[in-house]
Amino acid sequence: MIKRTNLISRTYDLPNGYSLAAYESVGGYKSARKALAMSRDQVVAEVRAANIRGRGGAGFPCGVKWGFMPKNSNKPHYLIVNADEGEPGTFKDRTIMEKNPHLVIEGCIIGCYGIGAHAAYIYVRDELHLSKERLWQAIHEARKAGYLGQKPLGFDYPVEVYVHTGAGAYICGEETSLLNSLEGRRGEPRLKPPFPAQVGAFGCPSTVNNLETIAAVPLVFELGGDHFSQLSELHYLKDGGTRLFGVSGHVKNPGIFECAVGLTLRELVYDLGGGPPPGTKVLGVIPGGSSCPILRPEDVVHAPDSSSPLHPWHGKPAFDVPMGVDTYRALGTMLGTCCAIVLSDKADPVLAFHNLMRFYRHESCGQCTPCREGTGWIERILDKLIAGEATMADVDLLHEIASNIMGNTICAFGEGAAMPVLGFVQKFRPELEAYVKSKGKSGTGRLAL
Amino acid sequence: MPFALTPEREREFADILSRYPNKMAATIPVLHLCQEQNGWISDDVIAFVAQRLEVSTAHVQGVVTFYTLFNQKPVGKHTIWVCRTLSCALRGADDVLRHCEKRLGIHEGETTKDGKITLKTAECLAACGQAPMMQVDKTFHENLTLAEVDRILDNLRKS
Repeated sequence: MIKRTNLISRTYDLPNGYSLAAYESVGGYKSARKALAMSRDQVVAEVRAANIRGRGGAGFPCGVKWGFMPKNSNKPHYLIVNADEGEPGTFKDRTIMEKNPHLVIEGCIIGCYGIGAHAAYIYVRDELHLSKERLWQAIHEARKAGYLGQKPLGFDYPVEVYVHTGAGAYICGEETSLLNSLEGRRGEPRLKPPFPAQVGAFGCPSTVNNLETIAAVPLVFELGGDHFSQLSELHYLKDGGTRLFGVSGHVKNPGIFECAVGLTLRELVYDLGGGPPPGTKVLGVIPGGSSCPILRPEDVVHAPDSSSPLHPWHGKPAFDVPMGVDTYRALGTMLGTCCAIVLSDKADPVLAFHNLMRFYRHESCGQCTPCREGTGWIERILDKLIAGEATMADVDLLHEIASNIMGNTICAFGEGAAMPVLGFVQKFRPELEAYVKSKGKSGTGRLAL
Repeated sequence: MPFALTPEREREFADILSRYPNKMAATIPVLHLCQEQNGWISDDVIAFVAQRLEVSTAHVQGVVTFYTLFNQKPVGKHTIWVCRTLSCALRGADDVLRHCEKRLGIHEGETTKDGKITLKTAECLAACGQAPMMQVDKTFHENLTLAEVDRILDNLRKS
């Protein structure tokens, strides 16, 4: 059942919805007042009860992450907000920054308090000029109103928020790479451990949260953690609240829709997205950003084991499984950022595969050999395939290279690049082999309709 | 000639430094500031940034070469980035790019002879729901049609 909500996107349709006046007209900054009157432990407990699963793709519970921050350290703590939105298909954080930036600032105030930090850095990719402008404007307005600074909202707990920009590197969305970039270095990921909660930004304890995660925080204090969590169909799986769902590609009505967690892919693609354009049908959907293995309409859930989170949908179409972190992991794909890319049957899946692999080759930071070389090999094998020069062994080679990237790199980018390869090879093997047999003359030869 | 910031940008420089616990953290924002003035990151800019932030030129060079948005050679007065990643490709990004190349008489990565426009491609610019799209300098143009692209290019040529 589609449960549309209007919490994150409350100001989206208001005139100057990004202004402080608009934000306060819908109750803005009341949550920060509530939170700052609580103890730090109470704040973390409330966020924990809300079951906010990280919105950047990994799905780690926000409250648990905050709980990792040391209690008695003599070093400063930092809150780092990840708005390096760049996962192909993902365009949700941008709408918050452009249309409801004060929600982010309020989330930063509460977040800083919850983790014992006095400074938050919002890391925005440089290309999002309007987002940066709106965030800075919100920071200046909040500072002027006395909501940031030495005594935010009258409480004796100094908080400053800054916007930091990248310079065009997808990898900086990886949290340790982002930390290096924030420190003024090349954005190469760091080995973990130590985790950011011990050694993060500037060698100090830090929490890195996705921007949408931080934007959910004020809603938790408005509704109460448990109430927020129960908005979700998957509250029982500790996957709570409401979030932004996106749909792009071959649908009639692409866009961002705020709904309770637990929406199904079918609802997102057909009901909210309007389904595929006339005369086409859905070939496959990449559910949550390009790293998530593709699902096909004919995929059926196989979960005979009653302990599987997918068991209630055993024998039913995968498209009808509620979109949650654990349900999607059990499906063999990932929820990722909840922004789906739809391919219709007019699109050539081999070209879509090639397009994404060019992306990963371009964006690999080059630090680890399996990823740096592997992404290049995969792209070149697909070049060969499309040119009609590949052999059947090359199709197997794609699988082998991807398997050798998995687990052999410092950061998760390697998996992020390898998983869609394994997905495409599994789901579109006949199409790949047809390219070999026809010497590159197969497929529709186009991506656009 | 050694590079120096304009007085207005010097104030911005001081403001940037005030945001971080150390000077090195200002490397990327300061490089953006310099590029805004100079158009690209020359050796003189690298020397300036290294000296002012008290880091080595090798460090600054390393940062410049890591991030794609730092121009390592001069570019046109305006830069166009056509997003070519999957969501845009599914809605006609290739046609937009070919059209730009044809209208400007250059290939992707090149600059028009009059030095006005550099044409580049970009990987996903977070506008997938408004595909196809291109970024012109600091502005996103979304839900593009080829007629709209023509209008944008005409305006750029006149500016």
